Amino acid sequence: MEKLKKIANNMRINIVKMVHANKSGHPGGALSCADILTALYFEVMDINKDNLNDKARDKFVLSKGHGSAGIYAVLAEKGFIPYEELPTFRAINSRLQGHPNMLDCPGVDISTGSLGQGLSVGVGMSLSNKLDGNDFRTYVLCGDGEIQEGQIWEAAMSAAHYNLDNLLLIIDYNGLQIDGTNDEVMNVRPLGEKFKAFGWHTISVDGHDIESIIAGCNHAKTIKGKPTVIIAETVKGKGVSYMENKAGWHGKAPSDEELAIALEELGGNN
Amino acid sequence: MSKIATRDAYGKALAALALENKNVVAVDADLSGSTKTAELKKVAPERHFNVGIAESNLVGISAGLACNGKIPYCSTFAIFASGRAYDQVRNTVAYGKLNVKICATHAGLTVGEDGATHQALEDIALMRAIPNMTVIQPCDGVETEQCIRAISEYYGPVYVRLGRSAVEVVNTDPDYKFEIGKGIVLHEGDKDVLMIASGMMVQQSLKAIEQLKEKGVNPTLINIHTIKPLDEDLIVKYAKDAKYIVSLEEHNVYGGLGSAVAECLAKHCPRKQIFIGTQDTFGESGKPDLLLEKYGLSADKIVERVLNECK
Repeated sequence: MEKLKKIANNMRINIVKMVHANKSGHPGGALSCADILTALYFEVMDINKDNLNDKARDKFVLSKGHGSAGIYAVLAEKGFIPYEELPTFRAINSRLQGHPNMLDCPGVDISTGSLGQGLSVGVGMSLSNKLDGNDFRTYVLCGDGEIQEGQIWEAAMSAAHYNLDNLLLIIDYNGLQIDGTNDEVMNVRPLGEKFKAFGWHTISVDGHDIESIIAGCNHAKTIKGKPTVIIAETVKGKGVSYMENKAGWHGKAPSDEELAIALEELGGNN
Repeated sequence: MSKIATRDAYGKALAALALENKNVVAVDADLSGSTKTAELKKVAPERHFNVGIAESNLVGISAGLACNGKIPYCSTFAIFASGRAYDQVRNTVAYGKLNVKICATHAGLTVGEDGATHQALEDIALMRAIPNMTVIQPCDGVETEQCIRAISEYYGPVYVRLGRSAVEVVNTDPDYKFEIGKGIVLHEGDKDVLMIASGMMVQQSLKAIEQLKEKGVNPTLINIHTIKPLDEDLIVKYAKDAKYIVSLEEHNVYGGLGSAVAECLAKHCPRKQIFIGTQDTFGESGKPDLLLEKYGLSADKIVERVLNECK
């Protein structure tokens, strides 16, 4: 577990560096999902260099495409892209687009960016796996604000209709979106009850406790006949004191001074 | 001449293809009886997914199936596939160059009685403007059947525009071969007037040519089933010797076949062009033939415009 915590911390260091490098990106939501990505890529999903190009395997959909710095950070930890490439994030000619492009970046399983579309893609992948009779699983990560999109509920309805127990949705529930808190902008509560009413199994975890996230994902594998959603309680900007729980850090880059503070806090100065 | 709606030919071709290729699946949004994907369901029910009245989800699920190696034929009415689900088509399907075949039926005025909300007259413009997207509009049953098979052998997103109403089979040549991106000279007439048509306007054009011949005008007719990528070589080859180009489409004159032809000729050999199509207007309810007459797309109206404007 210490090893996983170290990976997540290293990802956070790279996330703030990436966003700082070209003064552009979304640090808050990338930091809030760093532990979830660590759990998925280093424990839960079967994904490695050998099966990376397979059409069917365990797949990950970053439906909240603006969490791109998070996915690039974890792909670098996996060795799918070199660390040296991370500073090109959002710069011209980079493979590391502002929102992930599957044609450019190895390990990106679907291009995302326009919110609300990833869960439908996950449903399609899971239907394909059912059709082929394989055991691969599909993991979709949505933001909490993102579920305000109507398409999420079209997809939620269909996942239950098709009994997709090979599909796991994780909601990065940090409570914040661009214009403020979910509660102020457009209330999404009660999250669990909504999904239950749509026919899903629901699990709640501390989204910064990697062990709990892994346990939740493993538990989901035992739920048959219906899809599972893990509501992961997170803190937007987690790990950088001045970013934590601040909606203003949704899509803002740190200054040189702010970067130095962040790296100091994350132990990334050496 | 026998008549069949291109959507009927689609259903038939899709079912046959599904029997040969187990990766072929159909995804529909509560319109399978109308779009004819129900034909696939008869032969391969486990590969037919009806997602209900949810077109955004329809396109997203199709994208996911394509990611894992399936060849989804994704069907609903053209107005919904190109309009309601535009963002999903653009950002999820086309940006990732996913192998999704969007086979949209009930395009154009000839939807008839359902009226303007169901008559897609700008879908070609929308789809043509998306990078990676191939746009095809077959004109008859024979062309549709071959098209449906051909696109399964091509990797990438395709938008196929199909019609509701029965149309005459015009590709009666037993050697007829559909090739993506290749136009077909259907009638070699005089060189002065070159008609370039797509979809059901091909049949209207052939009827118009019969009438025009009686008045001493004998235009040449090219059938453009693939609007993108456009067969520029064929169009330029014939346009070089022509004085007038007449583009004919069951679509707004903005952004569709006429625009594609004009873009091509503006680059290679500018010509005076007569744009036959709906003139930046919505449609309305009515019998298909009466709508074609009212909106200037019938054979009679084509004859009038050619005689008035190509002189």
